[in-house]
Amino acid sequence: MAENKWLPRWFYQLASPRWCYDITGKLLPIFVILTLLTLVTGTVWALAFAPADYQQGNSFRIIYIHVPASILAQSCYMLMALAGAIGLIWKMKVADMVAKSCAPIGASLAILSLVTGAIWGKPTWGSWWVWDARLTSMLILLFLYLGVIALNSAIESERTAAQSTAVLALVGLVNIPIIKYSVDWWNTLHQPATFTLTERPAMPAEMWVPLLVMVIGFYCFFAVVMMLRLRNEIIQRERRSRWVRTLITG
Amino acid sequence: MNFESFAEFIDMGGHGLYVWLSYGIALAVMVINVVNPLMHKRQIFSEQARRLRREKQKS
Repeated sequence: MAENKWLPRWFYQLASPRWCYDITGKLLPIFVILTLLTLVTGTVWALAFAPADYQQGNSFRIIYIHVPASILAQSCYMLMALAGAIGLIWKMKVADMVAKSCAPIGASLAILSLVTGAIWGKPTWGSWWVWDARLTSMLILLFLYLGVIALNSAIESERTAAQSTAVLALVGLVNIPIIKYSVDWWNTLHQPATFTLTERPAMPAEMWVPLLVMVIGFYCFFAVVMMLRLRNEIIQRERRSRWVRTLITG
Repeated sequence: MNFESFAEFIDMGGHGLYVWLSYGIALAVMVINVVNPLMHKRQIFSEQARRLRREKQKS
């Protein structure tokens, strides 16, 4: 690797499991504090202080869980595919571990998004589930996650498992823009995106500011659980190395 | 505060079941996501410690 140093130094440092273990150990407490601060503030704000919607009443408050969970389920998928691609191209072990750690977290977030959507749909649309483009593409996202998890546990060799899940994740990446534009391309019950990069949110600030806090909170939470899983994965795979031995025997 | 009383806060204008169910499930998903890797970590550490002890006895 010393031959072609056209990428920044930290990129090569990321490739070292030990360096990753140390840096995540330092970052974890910071992110735990950030997560607690944002999620507690966001939840209290969302439940007690944000105004009720004039049409949907208080069931609207489900948005503060539903939207962050959906955004994170998709971000997590993109990270999984990106890490998988890096693992394929540079044969970087840590990237494989990141991709593997993403799958169960992403699956749980996709489930949370679907379930809260169903609970919100009942009082709003009068139905738990409709075969609508947005809902269906989100369900496919969940199946992609489950496929990655199944593939990871079915293949014995870590290297082969990482390669095949990376290919599956990259192929499934086509679903992400479908989810995003499903509300524009097809007639749908689902309301369009709350946050876009180009326009101001259609809802008043008292409603979207707590939502933004919750989204940031979910990102921090994701960082925490991601690092927890990644650290386990590093210890598991590097168990033969000297530094892990001394870490375990203390 | 958006609510007059605590009872009103719980009732959520008749949508209490939906709102609290959503937040409850969200909390459960988060707790599982934290507890699961922590338990796995304990398992890995005890397994590896056992393995190292075994290898030491052999040598």
